[in-house]
Amino acid sequence: MENTFEPVIVGFLCNWCSYRAADLAGTARIHYAPNLRPIRVMCSGRVEPQHVLAALRAGADGVMIAGCHPGECHYVEGNLKTMRRFYLLRRLLAQWGIEEERVQLVWASASEGNILAAAVDRMTEQVRALGPLRWQQQVLGADGQPSPAPLSREESAHAVAERAEMLP
Amino acid sequence: MTERVGVYVCHCGSNIAGTVDVADVARWAGEQANVAIARDYKFMCSSLGQELIAADIREKGLTRVVVAACSPHMHEKTFRNTCAQAGLNPYLFEMANIREHDSWATKDREAATLKAKALVKGAIERVVHHQPLEPLPVFINPNTLVVGGGIAGITAALELANAGHHVYLVEREPSIGGRMAQLDKTFPTLDCAACILTPRMVEVGQHEHITLFTYSEVEQVSGYVGNFTVTVRKRARHVDESLCTGCGICEEKCPKRVIDEGFGAGLGYRKAIYRPFPQAVPKYPVIDVANCTFFQRGKCKACQIVCPTGAINYDQQDEVLQIQVGNIILATGHVLFDPRRIPQYGYGRLANVFTSLEFERMVNAAGPTEGKIVLRDGVTPPRSVAIVHCVGSRDQNYHEYCSKVCCMYSLKFAHLIHERVPDAEVYNFYIDMRTPGKGYEEFYHRLLREGTHFVRGRVAEVTDAARLPGEEGKLIVQVEDTLIGKQRRIPVDMVILSPAMEAHADSREIAQRFGLGCDFNGFFTERHPKLDPVATMTEGLFIAGTCQGPKDIPESVTQGAAAAARVAGLIKQGTVMMEPVRAHIEEALCSGCRICNTLCPYNAIVFHADRGVSEVVTALCQGCGTCVAACPSQAITGAHFTNQQIMAEIEGVLWDVRPAELVEA
Repeated sequence: MENTFEPVIVGFLCNWCSYRAADLAGTARIHYAPNLRPIRVMCSGRVEPQHVLAALRAGADGVMIAGCHPGECHYVEGNLKTMRRFYLLRRLLAQWGIEEERVQLVWASASEGNILAAAVDRMTEQVRALGPLRWQQQVLGADGQPSPAPLSREESAHAVAERAEMLP
Repeated sequence: MTERVGVYVCHCGSNIAGTVDVADVARWAGEQANVAIARDYKFMCSSLGQELIAADIREKGLTRVVVAACSPHMHEKTFRNTCAQAGLNPYLFEMANIREHDSWATKDREAATLKAKALVKGAIERVVHHQPLEPLPVFINPNTLVVGGGIAGITAALELANAGHHVYLVEREPSIGGRMAQLDKTFPTLDCAACILTPRMVEVGQHEHITLFTYSEVEQVSGYVGNFTVTVRKRARHVDESLCTGCGICEEKCPKRVIDEGFGAGLGYRKAIYRPFPQAVPKYPVIDVANCTFFQRGKCKACQIVCPTGAINYDQQDEVLQIQVGNIILATGHVLFDPRRIPQYGYGRLANVFTSLEFERMVNAAGPTEGKIVLRDGVTPPRSVAIVHCVGSRDQNYHEYCSKVCCMYSLKFAHLIHERVPDAEVYNFYIDMRTPGKGYEEFYHRLLREGTHFVRGRVAEVTDAARLPGEEGKLIVQVEDTLIGKQRRIPVDMVILSPAMEAHADSREIAQRFGLGCDFNGFFTERHPKLDPVATMTEGLFIAGTCQGPKDIPESVTQGAAAAARVAGLIKQGTVMMEPVRAHIEEALCSGCRICNTLCPYNAIVFHADRGVSEVVTALCQGCGTCVAACPSQAITGAHFTNQQIMAEIEGVLWDVRPAELVEA
């Protein structure tokens, strides 16, 4: 059966690099998946884990955080702070059984429209393959109540692996 | 509280309307909560489009405006002004980017329209939470700091000083002049570099509006546009500048000779007390402490004995000065790629392989050979010379970029060899001949007529291992001649390598000190590669010359002058308005955990130990929001990017996919 699921991805784009990269991709008429819904932030360092969680909770199937390459941050090192938070957040998400591909960190400078477009295309396909994120069922449990105890590392890894096997 | 939002959807001719159903988006927007009116129009940025918004603000009492059109980087300013002129605070406006991010990025009309609605909804939800803000006025100190005394820095300093503004020029070396001072001739006119440069150097030295700090370095920079405080370390020359007349007797009598690795490119000698070159500005010599017999062994003092004015002062200490400036121009230049990194070219191993800078010094009449082109033995003129282009540039293993000037100076070398050693054969090994510029291609044609041999192909190896008759005692250049498709071995007496221009080894450190960005190669990043080439992302900080990327002298001069013009514009304004996107700490909520203190890259957060709270110094804050994101008490607000606004925008862009239980809530 053909997969007709269109994922919705929220993109937090840094005003100085990846937002401009997306501008450039448009100006250069690089066509990419229309599934990204960009939100401009001054620096990827402004993105809080709770913004990502809020987006996933509010119906997004994936979240992309895009900033300047390490060492090229407009604010010297905001992107390094993002990176730190990102890996912590990813461990948290893994415990909830949320696949790694759903939340991605991308580096794209203002001149790298093609890189950003390619990242959006790649991520859209990855999330499409995973299917819709059902936050309510997956994270809160079918009854809408938080699961009593967080999964251990092995358990969550197991849960992710199990889900991966269920995929077509 | 209900806001009255006006939503304006732009067709942008067919740029947006061709892909997005703009009428549908506008009609749909009109049905959304808080929206008082929604319209679509051919060109919102036209004066008629703007008047439409202004009229609605006045007549329909709009309290918020959303324009769905191009990128905010294009027209945010335009529409903010429109709002301001109609009496609405410009920060109560939000732009939805449905052109660059939507209509231009896909052909799927249905998907594009859906995405446009999501972006518009995000903007509507966000703008409702906007706060009126006032831009921050900043006074501009009319003094300027120029870092780097090469041709770009000299030009910038002179332009500003001639306009009556005071300039502090800081140079690391004992003299200004930079790389250009080391050159013999300049292409394509074959002007003598020193003849055109030294008058400008003298002008800098004598200018009443220029304070020159040579043999000095900037140690620390703090502050922001209009109000930078700069710490300069003036290293001890051990020569009293108020007494020295620059007569040069000390240099003449100094018994210690050392290889001149700086100005002389390692080809000649200088003394332990020295001026880099005779026309140095300032004229005062410097004692090279590491090589001075007195400093190393405690006796000699020859310079002190012969100095007629008693200017030698062995006890002189470094001076650390603080200066206040409004703007900074960085013109820190470049270094040359070290060809030792390509061992197969033999530099440093094979005596008669030279670098371009060594050749510049050799061919200069004031150089160690008095302008005679000779082999490393110092007497034998070469009968054949190979000039190798693209050493370290256009090479995936070293630098991918084209170093831009090497083709032209390699042609210049060929010409100078023809001129000085008329019967020598000259081979230029090039990948592509790149000669864009006024009179450059003509110069190439001139060299073709002068009988230079041009071989197209990257040199594989320079070796002294003779294999064929006629190769003994020669350097053999192994190359694939791509025009005839054959491997060739060309025996020559001398090889000149044309290495790439590269960024200073410490350019990242410099960038960090001044607060600007570097690209992968270590060159400083400009604000916009096409439209803003000398400004940087940091207000009040400009760049000029080869610190931004490889370029020739005319381009460096142009950038120096351009940076000066930008600074002069700011000085003329007196005050500038800065975006009020700044962080603020709510004292009552602050727990004094100090997490934000170390996160701030600008040290803009101070901790008040007495009250146990942190505070953002608004003037230093650049508005990145990293501290806002990190505050565990949510005590920090980032103006114009508050949590409320971002959360509202998240919910907005997901309007069509929000789970039912959230919609009800």
